[in-house]
Amino acid sequence: MKILIVEDDREAAAFLAKGLREEGHAVDQAETGLDGYALAESGDYDILVVDRMLPKLDGLSLIRSLREQGVATPVLILSALGQVDDRVKGLRAGGDDYLPKPYAFSELLARIEVLARRGAAPAQAEPTSYRVADLELDRLARRVTRAGTEIELQPREFRLLEYLMKNAGRVVTRTMLLEHVWDYHFDPQTNVIDVHVSRLRAKVDKGFDQALIQTVRGAGYRLRGAGE
Amino acid sequence: MSARAGIGAGAAGLRKLLSTTAFRLSLVYLGIFALSIVLALGYVAWSAERIMTRGMVETIEAEIAELEQVWRRGGLRRLAGAVERRAQAPGASVYLFTTPQGQRITGNVVSVSPGTLDVPGERAIEYARLTAEDESGVAVHRALVRVFVLPGGFRLLVGRDMGERDRLVEAIWGAFGWSLLVLVVLGFLGGWLVSKRVLGRIEAMTATTKTIMAGDLSGRLGVSGSGDELDRLAQSLNAMLERIGELMEGMRQVSDNIAHDLKSPLARLRARADEALRTADSPDALRAALERTIEESDDLIRVFNALLMIARLEAGNAEAPLAEVDAAEIARGVGELYEAVAEEAGVPLELRIADALPLVGSRELLGQALANLIDNALKYASEAAPGAPVTLTAERVGENVVVSVRDRGPGIPADDRERVLERFVRLETARTRPGFGLGLSLVAAVARLHGGTLRLEDAEPGLRAVLVLPRARTRQKDPSTRIAVASSERLKRG
Repeated sequence: MKILIVEDDREAAAFLAKGLREEGHAVDQAETGLDGYALAESGDYDILVVDRMLPKLDGLSLIRSLREQGVATPVLILSALGQVDDRVKGLRAGGDDYLPKPYAFSELLARIEVLARRGAAPAQAEPTSYRVADLELDRLARRVTRAGTEIELQPREFRLLEYLMKNAGRVVTRTMLLEHVWDYHFDPQTNVIDVHVSRLRAKVDKGFDQALIQTVRGAGYRLRGAGE
Repeated sequence: MSARAGIGAGAAGLRKLLSTTAFRLSLVYLGIFALSIVLALGYVAWSAERIMTRGMVETIEAEIAELEQVWRRGGLRRLAGAVERRAQAPGASVYLFTTPQGQRITGNVVSVSPGTLDVPGERAIEYARLTAEDESGVAVHRALVRVFVLPGGFRLLVGRDMGERDRLVEAIWGAFGWSLLVLVVLGFLGGWLVSKRVLGRIEAMTATTKTIMAGDLSGRLGVSGSGDELDRLAQSLNAMLERIGELMEGMRQVSDNIAHDLKSPLARLRARADEALRTADSPDALRAALERTIEESDDLIRVFNALLMIARLEAGNAEAPLAEVDAAEIARGVGELYEAVAEEAGVPLELRIADALPLVGSRELLGQALANLIDNALKYASEAAPGAPVTLTAERVGENVVVSVRDRGPGIPADDRERVLERFVRLETARTRPGFGLGLSLVAAVARLHGGTLRLEDAEPGLRAVLVLPRARTRQKDPSTRIAVASSERLKRG
């Protein structure tokens, strides 16, 4: 993937670029909002990682200008502010996701991958069903089967599995699950998400040789990819 | 040199005294009083003079009427006799009867200013008089006289001596002058004394203020006990100082707590890293140590986030998107989020939630507040009897939405219930549990932002945390007025 980092803190940017390169991504860097805009305008990046506070052109204005120019590259906003209203403002300006600083690199990576998938197929409607190995989820009938046997799920468990399957093969973090399945952005402090996932796992994986829901240490969870 | 300095200081002190408001006010009053006295006594003197003059004129006219009768009945000779008799009577008026050439025929006047007798009419003149007691004595007097020219050119002058009147008027003007002098002296003195006293108190207040400004917040302004405006000012300022002191103390405590509560985990963090560096001999051990380090850093970041959030909520400028939300939906959502954890911990989570509880608020903040309360309740539920539930209730009570979380744990002693809402306050019983003592502070701040309150009650057994949220509220910047507005609205409707 080709990623542009717009961040004025050199050390943070270098750290981030190094990590992303190690993951096999091509990374460009810009230190001011204006430079970032000049580079991003071409539209040949898969993801933009934009800090909110930037010299010359602040992050939100940069995103707004890009959107006005018709550049639809997915944007992940980084911010040291990290409060409810900041998130809302960031998303309203045209950002696609928002990550408060300080963040775990694994969290950032997981979010970038999910954003990139969304960016690659923007116009495509969500499929009506997902299928991973012998696990099938029918979004219309709200029905889940594994190896032909129906699995009874609570509505929230259904949405949890749906999100995992939608991002099959990619890591999703606990905060991403809380955001997308429960629509909350606060930090629950206890392992609430883990308990929900382990319950789901008990229903989906128990009794099968192949465990589909995997725990990724220090990051979150991952549903085995379709081709694995 | 020192003498000059002393004089300089004295002059400066005097200038200060003279420039006080009290002194200027007394000068203004002094001026007004002096003017009033001048007007009042001036009027008295003028009236006295007028009344006495009129009395004199009346006496003169009466005498003239009598003398005219004498003249009509007995001619010039009888008139001269009458004048002669009258002139010698004690307390007599002023009489002069002359020939057409001005030669004195009879009367008690020795001489008059020349020309007086030539023109008939009334006027004030100076004259020389023969005193009754001593025929030879001659004194110059002033008199109010009337001059007549009789047939044949004889002149008659009848008048009253003005001495008495002049003395009285003089006495009045004298009193006038003296009282003015006394007034001015007393006024100055009084003004000076009052100003000195007021200035003294103000100086004392200024001195106290300076020591307070220098950092000693325990200082208080003196109150004289007279209950005057300076006392009231001092009292309000003292109350203000008291409040500032409390706030400062609170701030100091918070920062002390922050320093203390953040120092220990940082020290732990450092010790662990240090130890790993010294003793870890395998990449796995190092990895494990680093992972612990990250976990602990994350805890610290959480503390900072919570602190920042509380601060922003309390400043009242948290622009959390306030909208029409359904507290029942939020309670159900958060309840469901925690149900699994609760069950895992062997604590049933009971939900008693009304169908719909619309109110104006922030879904995100209310969700977080509820999560904190449930999290808290679950921590202590383990101490309750096995299987004792945690109950989440959300209902409408009058104009409020009341959301409460009840556990059946040890509860909080009544004395500590206010205190645990403060930042970083953790009861001894909570020390062994994870947490930083910010959860309830955050809930209280969220409640205030919504114009509501957080109350901790004894649920016998256990603790009930009650979040009272007004259903409708006006948005205001200042949190205290916001609460006031909310409660007055409640009163109005109730």
